[in-house]
Amino acid sequence: MISHIDVSTVLKRSVCDLYSNLVTRPTGAAVRIGIEHHLDEIGDKALAVLDFSHVGLLDYSCADEIVAKLLLQYVSVDIPRREVYFVLYGMNESHMDAIEAVLERHNLALVTQLSDGAAQLIGHVNGEERAAWDKICELGNALPSDLAAATGVPFEKAEKTLETLWRRRLVIRQETGYTPVRRVVQ
Amino acid sequence: MTTVIDVPQSLDDHSFEQILDQLKGIPADAKILLDARRSRWASPYGLTGLLTLAQTRLERPTLAVPENDDTTSYWSRASFFKHADGLYDITGRIPRTRQSAESSVLLEVTPIVHTQDIHTVVDNIQQRARAILQEKLHLQSQITMRFTMVLSEICQNVIEHAGTGGWVAVQAYKWQQRLGRHVVVIAVCDAGMGFRKSLESSPSFRPDDRWGDRMALEETVMRGVTRFRDPGRGQGLAGVKKFIGTWHGKLSVRSGTARIAVVPSWDPDDPLHENLAPFPGAQVQITIPERMPDQ
Repeated sequence: MISHIDVSTVLKRSVCDLYSNLVTRPTGAAVRIGIEHHLDEIGDKALAVLDFSHVGLLDYSCADEIVAKLLLQYVSVDIPRREVYFVLYGMNESHMDAIEAVLERHNLALVTQLSDGAAQLIGHVNGEERAAWDKICELGNALPSDLAAATGVPFEKAEKTLETLWRRRLVIRQETGYTPVRRVVQ
Repeated sequence: MTTVIDVPQSLDDHSFEQILDQLKGIPADAKILLDARRSRWASPYGLTGLLTLAQTRLERPTLAVPENDDTTSYWSRASFFKHADGLYDITGRIPRTRQSAESSVLLEVTPIVHTQDIHTVVDNIQQRARAILQEKLHLQSQITMRFTMVLSEICQNVIEHAGTGGWVAVQAYKWQQRLGRHVVVIAVCDAGMGFRKSLESSPSFRPDDRWGDRMALEETVMRGVTRFRDPGRGQGLAGVKKFIGTWHGKLSVRSGTARIAVVPSWDPDDPLHENLAPFPGAQVQITIPERMPDQ
């Protein structure tokens, strides 16, 4: 299931009708809780598109409360809250500044969709993970054997990298193989 | 007995120390009179500092306002008297505030007490900041958002760490003598617990022989340590330092008896001052200079 969440609407609904800027930790926490309520309604496996198009300013503290703390619940190495994948959409340069900083701080990564439709991996990602993710994007969908054949890395290594990308919610694991997380519909 | 404290003719972050030096040793419950009659100019730090100072006094102080009409007029436009009225017994003539179409005041002196105050500050400053940062300081358009992010983070520090409210003001002006360029200056001052006490309140705090205001500032400002266990904390100040580095700005933070600064090449200031006159809370100043054509 794909769910589109307009972050600005969540802000207005959760905090104040008049606000258009995501600033301060309490505001970020309230917005995150609003998003969590939304996610609670969409099932155990979902792709959530967080749309920042109508957000004015996003400061570091608010980005930490919304993006980092939200992501941390779904990329847990133990038992993640549910299988939810995130794509961030409609971000400007200053949004990216704040989000990249908090992702790096928590060793997190996520996918953003640029206005031209291209998907971009941001945050803390090592070279192997990035190369595998790029290749998966190119292939569209791949099994570990496909990735191993396309990149020349041993099967076990390809399998392990894909598993890591899945745990980090950067690729979707399906019966047919691994698919890159990206915004599928407008 | 009332002790008279002379307010310097030009009141900024450096000359404010002259006021604190005069206050040294005077009990908080003693009556003081701040004599600003000869003052001709005050930076945002000077104005927010005067309000903060009044909050540290147990006995309501008196303020003799500047005699120069232009000075009082500017202090009025910056909303200084609006807030000073609740903290000082004021003597002297305060002009009625006239709104000027072209004001260099980016943000009037504004109290920071609740989270919603920060939303108000951010909403109020964005339009004016865009005009002044791009037209006067010749900075690229993307600076406006980042400048406002920095302002938001610095103001949040007051709410999260001070334990009391504080004050913020932002102004653009030409630093004719010191730099020969326009600058925009943010000042955020509070009379709260300060950096040292904030870190001391952490459960994991273990002092050593060198512990004091200087070390607390080094830990927080330079190393990003906070009293919270949450690893996400401390990013605001890190973001502020990144912004300062990008735009060749200056950041200075005073707390207790020490002052630490990230000093750019254009400023002769020392990065560290110790053994200053004690003053509660934290006082932060950020200066962003005009970008020159060769930069």
